[in-house]
Amino acid sequence: MKEHSKHLVPGLVILVFGVAAPFLFPNYVFQFAILWLMITFALTWDTMGGQMGYNSLGNIVFFGVGMYVSALIQVGLYYDIGDYTAAYGAIKVDYTMEQYFTGLILGLIAAGLFAVVVAVAFGSIVFGLRGPYFAIGTLGVALAAGELIGAWDWVGAGSGISMPVYPGDPDDRALLYYFLLFVLGVATFLFLMCLYSTRFGLAINAIRDDEEKAEAMGIHTKRHKTVAWSISAFFLGISGGVFGNMAGFIEPLEVAFPTVTFGIFMVVMSLLGGKGTLWGPVLGATLFHIVKEVTWTQLLGWQWVVLGLLIIINVVFFQQGIIGWAQDKWPERFGIVVEEDAGGLTDQETAEVLTGKGAG
Amino acid sequence: MIDNINLLILAPYLNIQLLLDGLFIGAIFVLAAYGLALVWGVMNVKNLAQGDFVIMGGYIAWQVGVWGINPLFGLPVAIVFMFGFGWAIYYLVIRYVIERDLFTSLLATFGLALVISQVLNLLFGPEVQIVDSGFAVRSIPILGGEITVSEIKFLSFLMAAALAAAVVLFMKNSRMGQAIRATAQDARAAKVMGIDTERVYAFTFALNAAICGAAGVLIAMIWNIQPFYGMTHSIRSFVIVTAAGFGNIPGVIMAGLGLGVAEQFSGFVLGAEFQQATVVGLLVLVLIWRQIQSSRHRQAVI
Amino acid sequence: MSKSMSLIASVASGVALAGLVAAAPAAAKVEGDTIILGSAISLTGKYATNGIHAKNGYELAIKRVNEMGGVKIGGKSYKLKATYYDDESTPARGAQLAERLIKQDGVQYMLGPYSSGMTKAIAPVSEKYKIPMVEAEGASRSLFTQGYKYLFAVLSTSEQYLASTITLAAEWAKKNGRKPQDLKIALVFENDPFSQDVRAGVLDDMKKYGMKAVIDDKMPRDLADISATLTKVKALKVDMLIASGHSKGAATAARQIKEMKVSVPIIAMTHCEAAKVIKKFGDSTNGFLCPTQWAETMSYEDKYFGTAGDYDKLFKATYEGYKNVPYQAAQASAAVLVWKEAFEKANSLDKDKVRDAISSIEMNTFYGDIKFSPAGNNIAKPMALRQIQNGKLNVVSPAKWAVSSFQPRK
Repeated sequence: MKEHSKHLVPGLVILVFGVAAPFLFPNYVFQFAILWLMITFALTWDTMGGQMGYNSLGNIVFFGVGMYVSALIQVGLYYDIGDYTAAYGAIKVDYTMEQYFTGLILGLIAAGLFAVVVAVAFGSIVFGLRGPYFAIGTLGVALAAGELIGAWDWVGAGSGISMPVYPGDPDDRALLYYFLLFVLGVATFLFLMCLYSTRFGLAINAIRDDEEKAEAMGIHTKRHKTVAWSISAFFLGISGGVFGNMAGFIEPLEVAFPTVTFGIFMVVMSLLGGKGTLWGPVLGATLFHIVKEVTWTQLLGWQWVVLGLLIIINVVFFQQGIIGWAQDKWPERFGIVVEEDAGGLTDQETAEVLTGKGAG
Repeated sequence: MIDNINLLILAPYLNIQLLLDGLFIGAIFVLAAYGLALVWGVMNVKNLAQGDFVIMGGYIAWQVGVWGINPLFGLPVAIVFMFGFGWAIYYLVIRYVIERDLFTSLLATFGLALVISQVLNLLFGPEVQIVDSGFAVRSIPILGGEITVSEIKFLSFLMAAALAAAVVLFMKNSRMGQAIRATAQDARAAKVMGIDTERVYAFTFALNAAICGAAGVLIAMIWNIQPFYGMTHSIRSFVIVTAAGFGNIPGVIMAGLGLGVAEQFSGFVLGAEFQQATVVGLLVLVLIWRQIQSSRHRQAVI
Repeated sequence: MSKSMSLIASVASGVALAGLVAAAPAAAKVEGDTIILGSAISLTGKYATNGIHAKNGYELAIKRVNEMGGVKIGGKSYKLKATYYDDESTPARGAQLAERLIKQDGVQYMLGPYSSGMTKAIAPVSEKYKIPMVEAEGASRSLFTQGYKYLFAVLSTSEQYLASTITLAAEWAKKNGRKPQDLKIALVFENDPFSQDVRAGVLDDMKKYGMKAVIDDKMPRDLADISATLTKVKALKVDMLIASGHSKGAATAARQIKEMKVSVPIIAMTHCEAAKVIKKFGDSTNGFLCPTQWAETMSYEDKYFGTAGDYDKLFKATYEGYKNVPYQAAQASAAVLVWKEAFEKANSLDKDKVRDAISSIEMNTFYGDIKFSPAGNNIAKPMALRQIQNGKLNVVSPAKWAVSSFQPRK
C-alpha cells in the first residue's frame, strides 16, 4: 500500500491556486469553474475507461440526469412543474435566499443519488457488452436519453426549463458556482485517489487487464463494475446539477445530453493526459480546456476540424497520453522497476495482492 | 397513438405506403451498412465516419447538379472519387489503427467524422441541400386509397440492389475479392500465401468509401443532405450490422430493410419525434438480446 | 506514481493556467475611435444557416453606418465594429461566451444571438451584468415576462407569427359554408424553444375558434424526414397544415410536401425565405403561407438604407446566393441601427445612459417602426403574412401592405 503523502506538494499547490484563482483573476471565474468541471469529467470517465477498461461513450447520461433532477426539485419545491413548463418559461421565479439554497442543496444531493440509481439500472443493461459493443451501446443509451427527455412534455420537452435565478449579486453567484465545482473536482480527486489505492482499485485494474482471469480469481466482476460506474455517476450527477444552474437555461439535446461535445471531451481529455493514471485526466483536462479557451473562439467554425484532428492524432499516434509517455521515457522516476508497460502497478504486484487478500 | 393504429387498420393502403417508403430508404441503409460490415469483418475497424462518407457522396451529387448535369451521373463520379478518398484515408489514418484495440478505431474515426462534417460545412455551408433528379411522382390507386411513389425512389431502390449485387459478385469471383475474403478469414495465413494484405486492407477500405459514396448520391436524391447529418447514418449502419452480425449478407439486407420500415411505422404511430429514438432503442434491444445469447453460450461452454 | 511525476503534472498545470490568463485578449468597449459590439452567434450546428443570415445583416448595417460617417458622440465620430464568437448552437456555450465577452473582452454593448433558445440562455447573463443587449432573433414571449431591463428586441414576438393564418383559415371556412371548429388542422413543429412557442401561440388562437388539432407531431431531431406525419395528413384529408422548424424543418417539409403530393388547401410554415424554398422546390410551393417579420415590398424607409426595397437590392448585391432576403438578416441590420441612434441620442458611451436612450427610442427604419415596451419587445411593428403565388412572395395580410389576397392551394 502506498501512502498519499507524495501527492501532498502538488496537491497543496493546486488547492492554494484553486482558492486564490477567483480572487486573483475575478474576470475569469466562469472559465476556471468550467476547468474544474472538465477535471471532474475526465476523472470520472477514467474510473471506467482508464482504470477498468470499459470505454463508455455514454457517461453524459449521468450529467444530464443530474441536471434534470436538480432542476425539477428546485422548481418543484415551490411550483407545480407541469404548470411551470407549460408556460414555456413565462413564469418568473423570485426565490428568497433561503428558498434558493434549500432547493439547490436538496437538488444537488438528489442529483447525485438519482444518477447512482440510473447507473445501476443502466449498468444492468450494458455490462454484459464488451469492447466496441459497450462503447456503441452506451452511446446509443445516451442518445436515447436525450430523445426521451425531449419528448416528455411534463419536463418541458425540447423547450427546456428556465432555472431559478440566484437572488443575490451576480459576482457572488459566480463565486458560489466556482466553489461548488472546485470542491466537487477536489472531492472527486481525493475520493478516487483513496479508492485506487485500496483493494477495490486493484480489482478494477484486474478487470481491465483480463476480465475472465479476474473472475476466475474470485473477483465479483459485475459488482465491481456496478460500484465503479455508480461512483462516476454520483460525481457526474452533481456536476450536472451545478452546471444546469450555472447555464441558467436547460434543454435536453444541447445542454443536458451533449453527447458529441462534453460526452466526447471527457474521453479525449483522459486520453490526452494519459488514461489509467490518477494525474493524467487532471493534466489532460487542464491542457485541453486552456487550449480550447484560448484558440477555440478565434477559429470561428474551424474549431471542430482542429478538435477532430486532435482526436485522431491523440488516439492514433499518442494514445499513451502525456503521463504515459513520460512513464515510458523515464520509468525509473515513476518508481516502476519491473516492467515498463504497467500503469502504476505491475501485473505481478496486482496478482499478488489480489490472490493474497482474495484467499483470505 | 391508438388513433393512429386505428387509422392503419381502417385504411390498409397506408400500410403499403409506409412499407414502400420504408423499403426504399432501407435499401440505401443496406448499402452503407454493407460497407461497414465489410471493413469490420475484414480488418476489424469500426468506422464511425461511415455516415460522413455517405454525406460526402451526397454533396458530390449536389455539385454535379449545380454544374447542370443530372445528378444521376454523380453516381460514377462519387464512386471513383470516394474510392480514391478512402484509399488516402487508409494510408493517413486507418493503417495505424488496424492492429490496435477496438476503442481506438472507434474514436479515431469519430475524429475523422468531425473533420469531414466540418469541412463540408465550411465548403458548402450549413444549409439543407436537395438534389433534384427531375423524375416524376406517380400516384397509384391501391386497396381503396391512393399511394404516391416517386420514380426516383423506385429507381434508387433498383440501383442500390444492383450495386449490392455487383459488390457481392465481385467478392465471390474476382482475384481481389478472393484475397479480401482470405484475409478476413486469417490475415496471417493470407500473408504466408503471398497476399499483400496491406493492399487488401487499403482496397477494402476504399471499396467501403465508394459504396458509401454511391449510397450518398441516392440519399441526396430522395432525402435531404446537410453537413451534420452523417452521425445518424453512422448509427443506423451500426444498428444494422450489430443486429445482423458482420459476414452475414442476407442478415444485413433484412436488418437494413427492416430498420427502414420500422422507422416509418414508428414515426406514423408514435409521432415523428420518436423516429430516431426508435433507431437507438432498437440498437439497445439488439445488444441486450446478443448479451442474453452470449451468456447462454458461455454457460454452455462451462 | 511518484513525487516527480505529480510534480511534473502540477507544474505543467500551473504554467498552463498562467497561459490561459496571459493569452486572453484585453480588449475594451471602445478601442480608439471604434465602438465594439459583441455577439455570440451560431456559425456551426443546427442554427448555423440563420446564424449566418443574422451575421450578414449585422455586418451590412455596420458597414453602412461606418460609410455614412459612423456614430457621432460629443462631436467625435466613432466607427462600429462587432466581435463574434461561435456559440455552436448550444445554449450553455452561448451563456459561457456572453460571460466571456462581458468579463474578459470588456464588451459593454451586445447584439443578440440567433433563436429564442440561445437568447434565453444569454439574456440572464447580460442582465446580471447590466449590459444592454439589442437582439433581433429571439421571439419567444417568455423573454419579455422576466422583467429584464437590459434586453430589447426589434422583432415581433412568436405568438404573432401564425396567428393571422388561423384567422384566414376561419374566414375561408365560413366562406365555404363550414364551421371553423370543423376544420381539420395538422401541426408539425420542431422540438425547440422557438417552434414550441409558436405552437403554443397557434393553439391559443385555435381555441378562440374552438378548433382542435387532429395531428400534433414533433419533428425528429435531425429534421430530415417527416413523411410519416405527412402520410397521416393525407390519410385524414387535413384542411390546414402548419409546420415550423427553422430553415431545416422548412426545407424538409417543402420537399416532402412536393414528393408526396400533399394537397392540403392551406399550408403555413415559418422560415420559407430563410430556407429558400421557392428556389429549391419551384411550383410545388405555390400557396404556402409564410409569416414574415419584414418584406421588401413594405413601405418603410430610413436614411441609412432607403426603402425596404433598396435594402433588398443592396443585400443581394453584397452577398451571393440570395433570391429572397430573409427577414432574419433585415432585423439584424435594424438592431445595429438601434445602437447607432441610441448612442447619438444618449450622446454618451455610458452603458446605462445608452440603455435609457434605447428604452425611450422611437425610430422609423427600413425594417419597420421601432418602439420598445417596458418589457423590451418592439410594439410598433406588426408581423406580416405572405403567400407564395406564382413563385413570388406576395403580402396578403395585414391589409395595409396586402398586394394580393389569400387563395387556397389547388
